[in-house]
Amino acid sequence: MALLEIEDLWVRFPGLRGPIESVRSLDLSVGREKLGIVGESGSGKSCTGRSILRLLPGYASVTTRRMVFDGVDLAHASERDMRGIRGRRISMIMQDPKFSLNPVMTIGRQIAEAYLVHAGDDSRAARRKALEMLAAVRIRAPERIYDAYPHELSGGMGQRVMIAMMLITDPDLLIADEPCSALDVTVQMQVLAIIDDLVQRRGMGLIFISHDLNLVASFCDRVAVMYGGQIVETCAAAALHEARHPYTRGLLAALPRIDAPVAALPVLDRDPAWLELL
Amino acid sequence: MSATEQTAAEDVALKAVEASDLSVVYGQGDKAVHAVKGISFTVGDGETFGIVGESGSGKSTVLRVLAGLNRAWTGRLLIRGREAEKRRPRRSYRIVQMVFQDPYGSLHPRQTVERILLEGPMIQDMDDRHRRVQRVLYDVGLGKEFLYRYPHQLSGGQRQRVAIARALILEPRLLLLDEPTSALDVSVQAEILNLLRELRGRRRLSCILVSHNLAVVAHVCDRLIVMNEGRIVEQLEVAALRDGAAQHPYTRQLLRASGPYDRATAAGLVTYD
Repeated sequence: MALLEIEDLWVRFPGLRGPIESVRSLDLSVGREKLGIVGESGSGKSCTGRSILRLLPGYASVTTRRMVFDGVDLAHASERDMRGIRGRRISMIMQDPKFSLNPVMTIGRQIAEAYLVHAGDDSRAARRKALEMLAAVRIRAPERIYDAYPHELSGGMGQRVMIAMMLITDPDLLIADEPCSALDVTVQMQVLAIIDDLVQRRGMGLIFISHDLNLVASFCDRVAVMYGGQIVETCAAAALHEARHPYTRGLLAALPRIDAPVAALPVLDRDPAWLELL
Repeated sequence: MSATEQTAAEDVALKAVEASDLSVVYGQGDKAVHAVKGISFTVGDGETFGIVGESGSGKSTVLRVLAGLNRAWTGRLLIRGREAEKRRPRRSYRIVQMVFQDPYGSLHPRQTVERILLEGPMIQDMDDRHRRVQRVLYDVGLGKEFLYRYPHQLSGGQRQRVAIARALILEPRLLLLDEPTSALDVSVQAEILNLLRELRGRRRLSCILVSHNLAVVAHVCDRLIVMNEGRIVEQLEVAALRDGAAQHPYTRQLLRASGPYDRATAAGLVTYD
């Protein structure tokens, strides 16, 4: 059964010449699986992720025919209900740990806070759980990092701390918005392995938002390709290289490859018809 | 150009860059940070040379030393056969130009494209400035209609083209590129990489491209060095990289980590210090 079902989602921002449509008539269904959403900047992938948790600014207009998460109607949930869902049942990892962690609070307190807000007020249990989570994301000296401040950590460590914070409440669905694009390739692969293990062990659903097609193809189970606010194609991740849509094919061809040198990379020729509502 | 420079420029055997025992140290005593630890390399005339490494490897620092933006270096550095000084004379920027990573941060937000492109030729007291601006704009694939636009009216790819034009308008012999496509979408990256290859063929230009992306370096460069912790771990031809002939375990790991995600590969990654 699907964990999250979205039908006909629209996100609009006010613009000088009428509203700008960031997400257009999007249907999405996520189970306890790894779903990748890929697309270029401005394709609407982050807006989609944020609209699920109602994290878009107040001036954005979000409408949907249906948005149901595990039996809860998110489209009509009150702000109070949303607070119970955000962080506890659905959590989100942002792109850059440097801007997402509180610079004047120790790592441990930030992680424990996430637990205390959602799971009662036993601060000793919170500390124990935070240390457990730090170990789970393979921080070698959890006790030391617990008392460290964000500026004392490397980018990869910071991102692992973010993951620890987001998973301490045992959510059912994790939305990861470009969780590794600020990291070096080796660290990126290690962080992915941690997400992979945790998602599998806890039977969670994962929405993995990324611009990196090859990464998504190798990491996720299923891929949705976004262009101009719509999902233009959905396919099994392993079959991404047999994608049909000319946009997906164009993106794959535009990537330089070490094993297949070419004189000039094929440039994407954008067909206005791709923007038409499907 | 002086007479000696003229003859030097004609000498085809001249190396674009010769660096020996180049070091960069920040701070003193116990707190000293060795960003670059005595590296040596040469870049031939007309060659496109890649520097690959992860964050903190010192790759960008090397580029900033070459550009004259970093004066905290020691060692010996020859640029087109001439000893590079710590404080560069104005003329030297006719020879060496740099393109930065983020086209959103490197262009003046309140200046038109024309004004941005005119600045270099004005400082260098070059003649025929307006014709140069139009020609260089054409060279990077932008029309005359872009002259009076501001950076916020341009896309990321167009901005990076303007940044490349700003470097090329001084007709440099050595172009330094610091992650020129990492802030761009893949389709735009393809356009910029094609442009770089095309320009390299059309002008007698030596390039040094710094990137963390092995595929990008392999696409544009002839030869590359791999840096880790301020040292060169390996120097090799791109052809050898393609053939899987990289020797050093660090280079081989970088290649594996750049490939598709694989749980076993991730488990096998180690830290090289």
